[in-house]
Amino acid sequence: MTTQRLLDLYRMMQRIRTFENAAEIASQGGVAAWGMAASAKPALVRGPLHLSTGQEAVAAGVCINLQRADLLTSTHRGHGHTLAKGADASRMMCELFGRANGYNKGKGGSMHIADFSVGMLGANGVVAAGIPIATGAAHALKIRKQPQLVACFFGDGATNRGPFLEGLNWAKVYNLPVLFICEDNRISATTPTSIMTAGEGAFARAQAFGIPSRQVDGNDAVAVDAAAQAMTAQIRSGDGPQFLHAVTYRFKGHVSVDAGTYRDPQEVAAALLKDPLIVARAKLAEAGIAPAELAAIDKDVQAEIDAALAFAEASPWPVASDAYEDIINTGSGVWQ
Amino acid sequence: MNAGSSVKTLKTMTYAEAACMALREAMLADGNVIALGEDLGRGGVFGQYRGLAQEFGAERIIDTPISESNIMGSAVGMALAGVRPVVEMRVIDFALCAIDEIVNQAAKNRFMFGGQGRVPLVARMPIGIWSASAAQHSQSLEAWFAHIPGLVVLAPATPQDNYGLLKSALACGDPVIYMEHKELWGTQGEVDTQVIVPLGQGRKMADGNDFTVVTWSRGVGICQQALDSGAFGTAKPDVIDLRSIWPWDRAMVLESAARTGKLLVVHEAVQVAGFGAEIAASAAEATGCRVKRLGAPRIPVGYAQVLENESRLSVEKLIAAAQTLLAR
Repeated sequence: MTTQRLLDLYRMMQRIRTFENAAEIASQGGVAAWGMAASAKPALVRGPLHLSTGQEAVAAGVCINLQRADLLTSTHRGHGHTLAKGADASRMMCELFGRANGYNKGKGGSMHIADFSVGMLGANGVVAAGIPIATGAAHALKIRKQPQLVACFFGDGATNRGPFLEGLNWAKVYNLPVLFICEDNRISATTPTSIMTAGEGAFARAQAFGIPSRQVDGNDAVAVDAAAQAMTAQIRSGDGPQFLHAVTYRFKGHVSVDAGTYRDPQEVAAALLKDPLIVARAKLAEAGIAPAELAAIDKDVQAEIDAALAFAEASPWPVASDAYEDIINTGSGVWQ
Repeated sequence: MNAGSSVKTLKTMTYAEAACMALREAMLADGNVIALGEDLGRGGVFGQYRGLAQEFGAERIIDTPISESNIMGSAVGMALAGVRPVVEMRVIDFALCAIDEIVNQAAKNRFMFGGQGRVPLVARMPIGIWSASAAQHSQSLEAWFAHIPGLVVLAPATPQDNYGLLKSALACGDPVIYMEHKELWGTQGEVDTQVIVPLGQGRKMADGNDFTVVTWSRGVGICQQALDSGAFGTAKPDVIDLRSIWPWDRAMVLESAARTGKLLVVHEAVQVAGFGAEIAASAAEATGCRVKRLGAPRIPVGYAQVLENESRLSVEKLIAAAQTLLAR
């Protein structure tokens, strides 16, 4: 691990953290959910935000091993994967704000954040739904004899859905270039996954399909990077799918308005001590990086996200007629 | 249509062979067209893929595990990555195992990602009552899919239309729900390979001024039988095979309904909240015509013949419905 690579990982994690913190503040009061009413004045981010705060090392550590032409499918908790795949923070913030120059022209919001131009094929509002799509994209790469791979992110909750089992089997049967990444934050929405899951969980299930699997500390970007580096190399050599089980922790609630008070405060406090940014800073200090250098990165990142917020707020809204575009060509114009 | 060509393009074949030929031609023309589904390697459960695996190999005629979610979901991923998949669901009843992948993924992808991607796939899901197959292998669910923005819905009734509509479906670039009727696989007919049936265009089966009949899929054969046997008596119906459920040929239907003032919609699907209700309501709103629907009662399809018959269309039911409409 070069110091530069460690700095790159740190910067990416800090970008994700800062982006999501800013989006969370911009969403406050905006969402009517979980028994709470929305505020009278709409927030800048109107819709639900599923924050990946605390899980940044997984996105950063995996995606540093991807090329622009590689493809990626994500979850409802997809800001980190999108940024780490190379999307622009301003256009992402525009999408969260529902503006016309967001990646999805204001039609998708946070839950459908995507940047196809960098191979990021979309966050998804349905748990495990990205898995079949990822296997299909990988199948297409194989049919078209293209050299890329597909990174498929999903959570531990997804491992109890049918498409997880169907997709893993499929990828192995057809020997497809997929890196499955189970971003295991140990909670399925608001209920601990462990009490609802038979057997030894994600890792054991992948092994049962004969898919080469590794388990890593998902809060350690260096460990995630090292595993992903080896696994992507293996996939690129034509060896078929691999499964990375990254164990991490979600600092925030399931969705932006959920304070997550159902969790044991001691468990949360212990997890905060293992913040992936703290882990990375310790490694950077060991490598002799001065605190001032990290402070400069933090300042850069804050400026980037401040600019994204300002850009998004100044950006135009879609117009009502845009609701009829990008649906279908066949029979377009007949909506009733 | 090909008037000046010396190539003989008219051939007699079955409804299944017509679809097979359309797919074969599309696969020859474009290396990105593939098919995936259960048992395709042996020609598909109804023979509608016969010979294709031998000709194109296992990489393009893909035998899949019994994994409907992943069959449909992977087709979405394939389409996003440059392949044009034909998805075989075996029977429409099994497509219900892939409803998220159809409704939330295939149909929504283009819109919710702001037009960044498109999903050019054709999902074939045979419909209808066939071979005493009872409640889970006999449904007609066109109304479900007509309800979903982002989907094209087609239901060919003849070999010519199964050739021509499948060709159009493969070319259109939008996700298409393609419903072949299981009782029609062996139907023989002439197919002109120069005829590509445009999406959204109905087919006039008979010209008349006394009342309008709109039907599709298995209903077409029942209506044809009534026409051929003179069962309508002296009343002369204007009969339309809709072929495209969405988009549907509003111009053809409304012109006819306005002229005759009476509209009968005939389909094998359950009548309650069926697509016939949409057509009847649209025609009544636009023209003030009288309407009558003929569909199945809201009961599961039974196994024994006497039970199954309660869900089937028949010439007798058709004539009774027409007489009710005309008597009002």
